[in-house]
Amino acid sequence: MIAYLIRRILYALPILIGVNLLTFALFFVVNTPDDMARMQLGIKRVTPEAIEKWKQQRGYDKPLLLNGAAAGAEKITDTIFWQKSASMFVLDFGYADDGRSISREIAARMGPSLAIALPTFLVGLIVYVSFALLMTLFRGTALDLAGVALCVLLMSISGLFYIIGGQFLVSKLWHWVPISGYGEGADALRFVLLPIAIGIVSGVGSSSRWYRTIFLEESGRDYVRTARAKGLSELRVLFTHVLKNAMIPILTGVVVVIPLLFMGSLLTESFFGIPGLGSYTIDAINAQDFSVVRAMVFLGSVLYIAGLILTDISYTLVDPRVRLS
Amino acid sequence: MNFLPVILWSDALVFLLLGAGVIAARYIRKHEHLRLPWQRVAQSPVAMVSLLVLTLFTTIGLLDSLHFRTALPQGNSAEAIYSPEVLSVLDKGLEPLRTQTEKTYSAPFALQLYARESVTDETGQVVREFPRLQYGGAHLADESQRTADVLQRGMIGALGGLIAGALLVWLLRAHLRLRSLRVAVPVVTMLIGITAGLAAVYHVLGTDKVGQDVLYLSLKSIRTGLIIGTVTTLVTLPLALFLGVAAGYFRGWVDDVIQYIYTVLSSIPSVLLIAAAVLMMQVTIDTHPDWFETSAARADLRLVALCFILGLTSWTGLCRLLRGEALKLRELEYIQAAQAFGVSSLRILTRHIMPNVMHIVLIALVMDFSALVLAEAVLSYVGVGVDPSTISFGTMINAARLEMGREPMVWWALAAAFGFMLVLVLAANLFADAVRDAFDPRLNRPGS
Repeated sequence: MIAYLIRRILYALPILIGVNLLTFALFFVVNTPDDMARMQLGIKRVTPEAIEKWKQQRGYDKPLLLNGAAAGAEKITDTIFWQKSASMFVLDFGYADDGRSISREIAARMGPSLAIALPTFLVGLIVYVSFALLMTLFRGTALDLAGVALCVLLMSISGLFYIIGGQFLVSKLWHWVPISGYGEGADALRFVLLPIAIGIVSGVGSSSRWYRTIFLEESGRDYVRTARAKGLSELRVLFTHVLKNAMIPILTGVVVVIPLLFMGSLLTESFFGIPGLGSYTIDAINAQDFSVVRAMVFLGSVLYIAGLILTDISYTLVDPRVRLS
Repeated sequence: MNFLPVILWSDALVFLLLGAGVIAARYIRKHEHLRLPWQRVAQSPVAMVSLLVLTLFTTIGLLDSLHFRTALPQGNSAEAIYSPEVLSVLDKGLEPLRTQTEKTYSAPFALQLYARESVTDETGQVVREFPRLQYGGAHLADESQRTADVLQRGMIGALGGLIAGALLVWLLRAHLRLRSLRVAVPVVTMLIGITAGLAAVYHVLGTDKVGQDVLYLSLKSIRTGLIIGTVTTLVTLPLALFLGVAAGYFRGWVDDVIQYIYTVLSSIPSVLLIAAAVLMMQVTIDTHPDWFETSAARADLRLVALCFILGLTSWTGLCRLLRGEALKLRELEYIQAAQAFGVSSLRILTRHIMPNVMHIVLIALVMDFSALVLAEAVLSYVGVGVDPSTISFGTMINAARLEMGREPMVWWALAAAFGFMLVLVLAANLFADAVRDAFDPRLNRPGS
């Protein structure tokens, strides 16, 4: 198990190097730092001195990959690539345009992001799976058809509509919870309820339909027929046989997103004014703060790869045939 | 000539796609085994009604893709000068809707503006009141006549639409064999008739902040949505198809390299990757203002670039599917027989493997379409979508969202954008489901 984990982490390295090189190419080679300076400063204020100053402030005035002027190891280390891109491997993300440390900001904002994302994920999973099981139980009947039709309808509605509609109905019309904002401790509860509820509702359509497909495929198999032939009740067949065997495809889709929960949701957080990583990202995109966007891209891929490794581990928990070696 | 045809990049790509679609359709008609699954789609009432809706939207989108610049009235110079404004055939057809702009917001069917203004009345005194709209319901004396007028015009429009629809059904009776279609066509034409009858004198869906008709904006948004949903496949398809099939067929180092590329790409959360790429594209466009002749050309290039970025970031899922399928196919006897006969790898790939993964490609593409239309709205909200001057569902929602807090609420632009989007995406989803059911070989069908 340990040996397997170490091997998987070593496998992950080349992928992270690839991500790193890709973002480096995207942010520094496609457009030179000069271009970025020109755009950030605006057309009017562009003078060569202003560009130089902008680059110097951010440490973009160094050569891209190889510093010929420096001596020894500094040939490689005193470059944009080494200081801005490679440094992300030790989770040193540098500073945002407003001068704050990105790493500290990320640490502070993970909490609020998780406060929304984790309950949405857990409660959502239970709701989606239960709804899908219900449709599977009544498969072929009008209830199933209505359920599927509802799913298709729900998944055809834009995610923005759920948020805007929910805010309007619950906060503005009924005044149940504040429209947006965030508090500390127990006070946070009234702020997170609505985003969580909306997050769950907006996923019902696609997720439940997806689980229903998995359950239906599973319930067409021979062992299910055997279980029924033994005289087991339909409920028992569904819960002890179908659900257990459907765990592998479910885990494949579900576990991989768990680490990504830290990143929060862009839309929800920005609409509800939650000071999490999602709104941090969206603010950075709007302010064109490239160092933050680069940091989030890298962090996102690290978490995704962590999710893939977790998925493999989770297989051993539900399927005794899977051994990691 | 008093106009200059303009072919924007997105127009060219749209018509390229249309041409490819026509050629594919002709090819499929000639081959029985390809025609069969489509005949199954054609027997599904839900699919055909969805297709009818999609056809209507596509027609609007295509009309909106024929662009031109009108000549400006000029003095004695021999050379014609063309207006910098790029119009489309759809704009021309909806000329009244496009040009009859009010001052600011007005509700659907309203006769008055949404906001009070200082008006001088007959006695010379300044009073704060809701001024009458310049165009919306201008033929009416006051509000009491409105209900009767709306009903009357609606009825006339409905009747006209119904007659046109019935005529259409009668003319096409040989092709419209499904009863649901024979009902759906008149219903759709009736809706068009009602809208046309009312839109002539009212702002049926109200007006937006600068007084533009929301119905006009919604109709213009359709093209943007369709382009995002279709042009993206121009990038996704070749990448996923060639790389996926090659990885599965050749295995070894080719497989390793391709797998590495798509793992790297898919490990970056897609919104972030798109955001990063779009930000960079924005820098390039902003630092080269001299590349574009008109602002429409710039907005258009941004749209096309967005499609390419969406394509470059979303081919990995399909690629993985195709690689798996190719791995399976290469072990089958007919491929091994071809190899034993000495058929070249390229020929095996194009003649024997690709045709047999086409159903996966088709299902994935129709499924992706609706997701892309929805993604456009979200991306525009995040600030990495289409150009702010491009009319799209995303920019409409974005502009209307800021007015949520107003009292009374400005709801019509939001409702229109979400409504049109829902119809388009729902039709696409239902059609995609029917296509998947017809093409999925895993479903056992009696008699086939």
